Amino acid sequence: MDIQWTDDVDAAMASARQSKKPLLLDFTAAPM
Amino acid sequence: MTSFIAEHFEPVRLHVRKHPEAMGRFGANWTPTVLIVDAEGKEHHRIEGFLPVDDFLAQLKLGYAQHAFKTGDFASAEKRFRDVIDEFPKSDVAAEALYWAGVSKYKGTGDAGALKETATAFQSRYKESAWAKKSSIWAA
Repeated sequence: MDIQWTDDVDAAMASARQSKKPLLLDFTAAPM
Repeated sequence: MTSFIAEHFEPVRLHVRKHPEAMGRFGANWTPTVLIVDAEGKEHHRIEGFLPVDDFLAQLKLGYAQHAFKTGDFASAEKRFRDVIDEFPKSDVAAEALYWAGVSKYKGTGDAGALKETATAFQSRYKESAWAKKSSIWAA
């Protein structure tokens, strides 16, 4: 199962309200 | 690791150069920083600095348990904390998980005996940890 990362925090928060899952925020300085 | 994240979280990856505003919004001052927050942005767990994979996964699972605890789902929280102890008994977070498993049981059932059981458990496991000291008040 792949991780579907997003960089849209507010959209993820809206999804979290529906899914009841917490958000995982990964702050990175690594090349993307 | 990948499946645990994909299954249990809404995953957001933010590069410091592209999203400096998010660093300020969530009080992230260093990388790597990983936060577990609820749908309103309230922080439930923070991991700062690099960790080897197993240690990171133990921290993630501790945070997942903290999320249940802080949203009042104490039965799920207790199970998740005990899962951390079972899966990562030698990790840095095992003692913390044991402490919060006891607290979760107490808050979920109202049975103060859960706290005493936890203090007793610390007499044989993780007894040099700070969490053992914190639980010692429940032993009397």
